[in-house]
Amino acid sequence: MKSLARRLVLAAPLLWLLAFFVAPFAIVLKLSLSRAAMARPPYEPVFNLSDGFWGLVESARQFTFDSYSLLLSDWLYLDVYVSSLRIAGLATLIALLIGYPLALAMSRAPAHWRPILIVLAIAPFWTSFLVRVYAWIVILKDEGLLNHALLGMGLIAEPLRIFATEGAVLIGLVYAYLPFTVLPIFNALDKQDSALVEAAMDLGATKTSAFWSVTFPLSMPGLYAGALLMFIPAMGEFVIPDLLGGSNDLMIGRLLWAEFFSNRDWPMASAAAIVLLGLLLAPLLLFERAQSREADT
Amino acid sequence: MPQPLLQIERVSKAFGKTLAVDDVSLEIAGGEFFALLGPSGCGKTSLMRLIAGFESPDAGRIFIDGRDVSADPPHKRAVNMMFQSYALFPHMNVAANIGYALKRRGLSAGMIGQRVRDMLALVRMEGFEERRPDSLSGGQKARVALARALAGEPKLLLLDEPLSALDRKLREEIQFELMQVQRDLGVSFLIVTHDQDEAMAMASRIAVMRDGGLAQIAAPRRLYEKPASRWVARFIGDANVLDACVRESVAGQIQLEIDGALHLVVDGADEAFHPGASVAICVRPERMNLHAERPLTGNVLAGEIVEIVYLGASISWRIRCDNGAVVRVITSSGIDGSFERGARAFISYAPDAARVLCR
Repeated sequence: MKSLARRLVLAAPLLWLLAFFVAPFAIVLKLSLSRAAMARPPYEPVFNLSDGFWGLVESARQFTFDSYSLLLSDWLYLDVYVSSLRIAGLATLIALLIGYPLALAMSRAPAHWRPILIVLAIAPFWTSFLVRVYAWIVILKDEGLLNHALLGMGLIAEPLRIFATEGAVLIGLVYAYLPFTVLPIFNALDKQDSALVEAAMDLGATKTSAFWSVTFPLSMPGLYAGALLMFIPAMGEFVIPDLLGGSNDLMIGRLLWAEFFSNRDWPMASAAAIVLLGLLLAPLLLFERAQSREADT
Repeated sequence: MPQPLLQIERVSKAFGKTLAVDDVSLEIAGGEFFALLGPSGCGKTSLMRLIAGFESPDAGRIFIDGRDVSADPPHKRAVNMMFQSYALFPHMNVAANIGYALKRRGLSAGMIGQRVRDMLALVRMEGFEERRPDSLSGGQKARVALARALAGEPKLLLLDEPLSALDRKLREEIQFELMQVQRDLGVSFLIVTHDQDEAMAMASRIAVMRDGGLAQIAAPRRLYEKPASRWVARFIGDANVLDACVRESVAGQIQLEIDGALHLVVDGADEAFHPGASVAICVRPERMNLHAERPLTGNVLAGEIVEIVYLGASISWRIRCDNGAVVRVITSSGIDGSFERGARAFISYAPDAARVLCR
């Protein structure tokens, strides 16, 4: 009985993964190998379980890598990937530059302040994401709050053109995912033994050199995690580039949307999604390697 | 006394409303092994953190080698600390840990390497350069922490309960090594501990702290034999503290009345006692003798045996005296005569075995 219970406990997360990750992934993978068609559903082959096993094999023979070869040969698609990587990378960098000092300040705050600061860090999530993005439109557009304020103070002569530029996309991305960057870094800093910094200072380090030789290197796992939690959603983000970006700021999220809904080219969209997944797996694997190396030594 | 290495002058420190260190003055000489002993919360750790520079005093001054360092940050003080948790840097190997202080001073890699090897040899950890702290045992961590704290050649080494994380056997081993290293290097050690055996075994002088203040500073033997107060007497070892009344006090010879009987105590007491004064005497259990018959002369207490505990090398007795006080006596297990629980017994002690304490 005990082992049955144990198996059930183990089976629950496995079933979850199977139902909500492996199965959808298999469907997308299958779609990416299909051919677009003017039909409902808009692709072929269509698996039909009533054809039996050999019918399925016959359908599978029609699989094609056409979408992938088009994806890799057309500069438009490559451009979208490169600009997504650039924007997500830049947003991650900015988020780290803002998030690290924020996390550091939180971890050095008096103990009774810390829970309040954490709540404040995640407080934006209490409002709908979409509403907050629309709020940024109101702030950033040419006749928006920011330009009003700057013009009013006489700091600028004419409105800054931020809305519908890459700058607006960066602002939106950093704003939306900053808490995901701050919290892992805060966690890594918070659990550090304060005696370590004292030991460094006792052994002749100034506050600055104690930070760079002890605190910072020990916070690297949190930094990696924070960077990944920023970078991964930023890569696939659709709403922010769509609402805040200009028509030229294509990111993969918008590409996927366009392929699915405007072009109705589901195989192409699926292939693009699979390539995106591959791109995102690379930093994850690097992170895993770094983590296990850390554990080995 | 030549110029002390460390001089603490009327230092006080409060955290919020608690006065952690209350007007403490003490001096530590070069090459001395000094212990700060006290129960938890007595302020000993705060005092050590003041010396290290992690806290700054609210009042008073701290001198190292005659220089006022009260306002100096930790990295400017010729003092290093061995932390209770050892605080080894987990992302550096043993060599980088030990070389940390030297690297901060900008020494060349070659000189650092040589010094690291010397330090590892000192703590008998040759060949551990590349190991990471998490792969070390408790005793090895303690040794690396000691080597790291000594690598920068401090004038004074602070040890914050350095053995509390180790099991008993290892504790004695490291204790012995600490003493050996201290003698070899001639560096002053200041150890903070709540373990009186540790303090007694290692230190040449002990400062007993209580409620932020100093209760007594003395060599271990004097601390044990001539405690300055009832509290110290009870805190250090086992003590029988008996109420007494002074009859006569002449040149360190004090006649007392205890429970109607006359006792004579020879105490090199610094103070004179007035006839009629209420005092107490402190006699260590092993300085008392047990008799079946009342001795004809000497200091005698009479009572009933209420507990006998055989400890192998010794026997511990508890005797309820006629005035109600319970006295503990420790005799060698080869004691003559048969004693049983409930039997009447007589206790004697030599005049110089007692210490007279003010109430």
